[in-house]
Amino acid sequence: MPRRPTNSSSNNPSNSPSLSSSTSRKGGKPNRLTQFFSSSPKSRVDPQTAQAALQTASGQSHPNTAAPPISSASLSLPTISLSTATADNPNMDEPPTTLFQPPSPEEARRLAKQHAQFGPMGHPSHRYSSQHPGGVFPEPIMDEPPYYYLLTTYISYLILIAFGHVRDFFGKRFREENYRHLKPRNGYGALNSDFDNFYVRRLKMRINDCFERPVTGVPGRYITLIDRATDDHNNHFYFTGTNTDTLNLSSYNYLGFAQSEGPCADLAEDAIRKYGITSPSTRAEVGGQDLHTEIEDLVARFVGKEASMVFSMGFGTNANVFPALVNKGCLIISDELNHASIRFGARLSGASIGMFKHNDMKDLESRLREAISQGQPRTHRPWRKILVVVEGLYSMEGSMCNLPGLIELRRRYKFHLFVDEAHSIGAIGPHGRGVCDYFSIDTKEVDILMGTLTKSFGANGGYIAADRDMIEKLRATNSGVFYGESPAPAVLAQISSALRIIDGELIAGQGEERLQRLAFNSRYLRLGLKRLGFIVYGHDDSPIIPVLLFNPAKMPAFSHEMLKRKISVVVVGYPATPLVSSRARFCVSAAHTKEDLDRILTACDEIGNVLQLKFSTGVAGGALPSNDDVAPPPEMEKEWRQKRDSNVIAPRWRIEDVIRRGVQDVKSPLF
Amino acid sequence: MDIQETQRLLTEYLHELANLFHRVPGSAIFLRYVKSSYQDDPIRSAVELFLFLFAVRYLLAPKYSTKPGVVQLSEDEIDDLVDEWTPEPLVGDPTPLEEMEVDKRTVIVGPVSPKSKLSNGRTVMNLGSYNFYNFNTNESLKEKAIQTLRNYGVGPCGPRGFYGTQDVHMKTEADVASFLGTASCIIYSQAFSTISSVIPAFSKRGDIIVADKGVNFAIRKGIQISRSMVRWYEHNDMEDLERVLAKVTKEQARKPLTRRFIITEGLFEAYGDMVNLPKIIELKLKYKFRLILDESWSFGVLGRTGRGVTEHQNVDAAEVDMIVGSLAGPLVAGGGFCAGSEEIVHHQRISAAAYTFSAALPALLSTTASATINLLQNGPETVSQLREHTKAMWAQLDPRSDWVYCTSAPENPIMILVIKPEVVSAKRLSVEDQQFLLQDIVDECLANGVLISRLKTLHDNFEPKQVVSPALKVCVTTGLTRKETEKAGTTIRHAITKVLSKKK
Repeated sequence: MPRRPTNSSSNNPSNSPSLSSSTSRKGGKPNRLTQFFSSSPKSRVDPQTAQAALQTASGQSHPNTAAPPISSASLSLPTISLSTATADNPNMDEPPTTLFQPPSPEEARRLAKQHAQFGPMGHPSHRYSSQHPGGVFPEPIMDEPPYYYLLTTYISYLILIAFGHVRDFFGKRFREENYRHLKPRNGYGALNSDFDNFYVRRLKMRINDCFERPVTGVPGRYITLIDRATDDHNNHFYFTGTNTDTLNLSSYNYLGFAQSEGPCADLAEDAIRKYGITSPSTRAEVGGQDLHTEIEDLVARFVGKEASMVFSMGFGTNANVFPALVNKGCLIISDELNHASIRFGARLSGASIGMFKHNDMKDLESRLREAISQGQPRTHRPWRKILVVVEGLYSMEGSMCNLPGLIELRRRYKFHLFVDEAHSIGAIGPHGRGVCDYFSIDTKEVDILMGTLTKSFGANGGYIAADRDMIEKLRATNSGVFYGESPAPAVLAQISSALRIIDGELIAGQGEERLQRLAFNSRYLRLGLKRLGFIVYGHDDSPIIPVLLFNPAKMPAFSHEMLKRKISVVVVGYPATPLVSSRARFCVSAAHTKEDLDRILTACDEIGNVLQLKFSTGVAGGALPSNDDVAPPPEMEKEWRQKRDSNVIAPRWRIEDVIRRGVQDVKSPLF
Repeated sequence: MDIQETQRLLTEYLHELANLFHRVPGSAIFLRYVKSSYQDDPIRSAVELFLFLFAVRYLLAPKYSTKPGVVQLSEDEIDDLVDEWTPEPLVGDPTPLEEMEVDKRTVIVGPVSPKSKLSNGRTVMNLGSYNFYNFNTNESLKEKAIQTLRNYGVGPCGPRGFYGTQDVHMKTEADVASFLGTASCIIYSQAFSTISSVIPAFSKRGDIIVADKGVNFAIRKGIQISRSMVRWYEHNDMEDLERVLAKVTKEQARKPLTRRFIITEGLFEAYGDMVNLPKIIELKLKYKFRLILDESWSFGVLGRTGRGVTEHQNVDAAEVDMIVGSLAGPLVAGGGFCAGSEEIVHHQRISAAAYTFSAALPALLSTTASATINLLQNGPETVSQLREHTKAMWAQLDPRSDWVYCTSAPENPIMILVIKPEVVSAKRLSVEDQQFLLQDIVDECLANGVLISRLKTLHDNFEPKQVVSPALKVCVTTGLTRKETEKAGTTIRHAITKVLSKKK
């Protein structure tokens, strides 16, 4: 568990009386952190590791990057800086301003590794409990940029497509070998269609270096990228032989359980020693172990259902469960932004599939009324059952499902409700138990709770939780039980320890701290980005923060600029999002410290100015709160909002003010 | 008087309108054009007027639904229908067979090893797990897994596309590719989900799949989701395959060329028998089909070093377009893979659903797969020892039992034992009866200290339905000595005799 440095509170800029003092302290901050990183064991290459083998395999001869023996006096140059302001002039002359002195090199290394995976909490105030305050769940406000940006986005795509076709035209004539798999040849049909492949070949290929970046080590607070370069415009990459430690805003490590040390890893190690590496069978045959039963009980208790089943893959959990629930004569009504695994499973089930507009309860209601009154197409027989499928937290939008609205509709229209908590379990709610916990809704109101164990718990796989008799039947009808491999003991041990830590059973207080830090971090970063003038989507408590970029060329630019500042982010564009709204997606973790978030905000501030990303109008919040602008009572909220909306000022705060005001403002509604 | 007044007003109004019209720039030209073009052609004017009126009527017509057969109902009627509608429960009651299925599942306490301890406290010989080489409790593999755990943690916390690609994954991919002798390889995080994503990544609507009738559930799901045109050939019948291929080629001769695939398994999950790969390669080359070969049960088992059917039947792995396999069974890791050419692998990285939309494989399972492949590669005696054991077990069961016969290939360590057809017809056993009887045999074996399993299959909603005979499944392991294996074989044989001879 994060041990707090003794000087933690003095490092907290929220307490700083003036801006100047906080900037002066900035010079000192890199030192403290870089002490950790220069001695990070992650940067050493063990000759036995796969990474070394890979590099030799790819023909790269490189000097062994093993760090020389480090004593606290001879610290090497910093590899990571907290802000770009000091990135290029590591200030070695300045005496370290920190009181923290590692007692011994080993201890320092151990701490460095630990903190690279899970940062220590800076100040007790950096906590918040995420919970729906009650009342009507507000629709997220979708801000829109000036038309100029939308227009240039469309023009950009037109230019990209035009260039792609020109290059294809010449390529097909002069570089025929590159198009071989797209053309019928020797009597074989083309492996991929030329048309389907166009987007990948001509648009995605241009920014391929932003995707599938290879990494090594633990995807914790920091993630180690294996540097690569290309000589042929992203067609092939080769390894340069170096690694870069970057701040990790990309992994779904919401609660920071991706750790190679600490109770989770210890228990996982014990499980391997005791149980072996895997359980080489399916659950239906002889793959069931005492561990599985134990974890299933634990998961059921955690999510608040009678029973549960665990599987070795989250995607497979969804892909296999729908055929066991619905079939011909049933109707699935699915949110239009539901994950691919839900679509995959729904298509396999043979049921009819309808869609409703993302999170739009009115649209859902009209569709339900139509479905129930009209019955099945042509025959007009009533539907045997209707299953409404939503996600708890949408991974591209950062929006939460409107569970109170759904429950109300469920009471009236008697449909069955399936909530996919892939991203929300662990990440949302005062006890980390997902959307039901967040909205204080009894889990009985939801028929099936599905979730993944990959994200918040740092393990792998998925679960389905429901009433006991339902699960008993599903055990005999779900193909994942019959044909899917059972989860490995180490994975199960990780799940069990993570769940018990969140519960407070294993190390009292730690789970709570993780949950509250995640909630604080999510709100802090979101508020900061809003105030800087970015358009961000999603609900305030969501740890997924999509920052809108719009123009396609800004995706690689943003990713590269962040990488230059040693921050790894995910950028997504069409087809994962609508064509215009390309975005960068930040996944906040409990492992981040406030200093990390400030570093991200500073980086975003700089990049936002260069790339012209600050185009919010202020309707989604971020404006300077005036004195009479405190949150009103719920019954007054509507008028208050109207009043506020009529005179919104586009927020463009200075980064210093954002950081100074952040901690105190984060706990009030983020308007 | 009144009429005159109206007439006057009307003329005035028309004059006003004409004035206005004349004031519009270009109106003179328009008027001249209309006058000159309609001078001698009153019919044209009439037609155009009619068209104009029709357009106006069309634009003003009320909107109507394009869905056929929509019944117009008032809000109150809809409310009544909503009140009236009672849906079926989401999950129904289990059938007796399903109840038995769940009740009888064994729970192993502690490690899965050749001698496993069950939840009732007994230690039994485990002939149910795919732990053929007993790698699961291998200390050096465990140490390696722990080492990986201490460097990478457990989960990679992200999909492969977004910072979930770890160096260990790339190494495992390279290891599998070089082990098989293909250009490239891609790993998935669950073996069962692999092929059902590989098939739809390539075969789309309008493409043609020719598949063996006996292929496993995962392949059927892949075919189902691909929405391609499917033609089935009789299980392992090469003549029928040729007939189907010839027919498809003839049918499609005049149509535009689409992708065509043959899909089959190396060792069949439901029958245990082996494919005739050289013949299929010959046919695929002759009729220009691509071959997707599911080696989930043959990878790590067949061949001198466990490379699978290609090694066993001396076929170059590069001749097979896609080899799909599992790293989960005897290799004691997890996940599946698809090996093939660069293009084939690259295409899956963008368009295979279970790859792009799923979290990556845990690093420790990935390194375990690399390590077990290395063990197999460097120790052909491991594989030959397994074959010895399989032979010993086979000798105890197939030729010596009057009640069951083994449908598996002699090299297959998974022995599928089916009740002989004459027994089934003599005792008039339905499929369900057979399942209950086989479960009794499993229980009887368990009582005598041998853990085996029934062949577990699930029916799906995909036509044509697949008929798999109920069977017992015995998995040989080198973790037991030859003597123990033979003893276990005798126990199983006696249990079969005891249960089946009792049944009237």
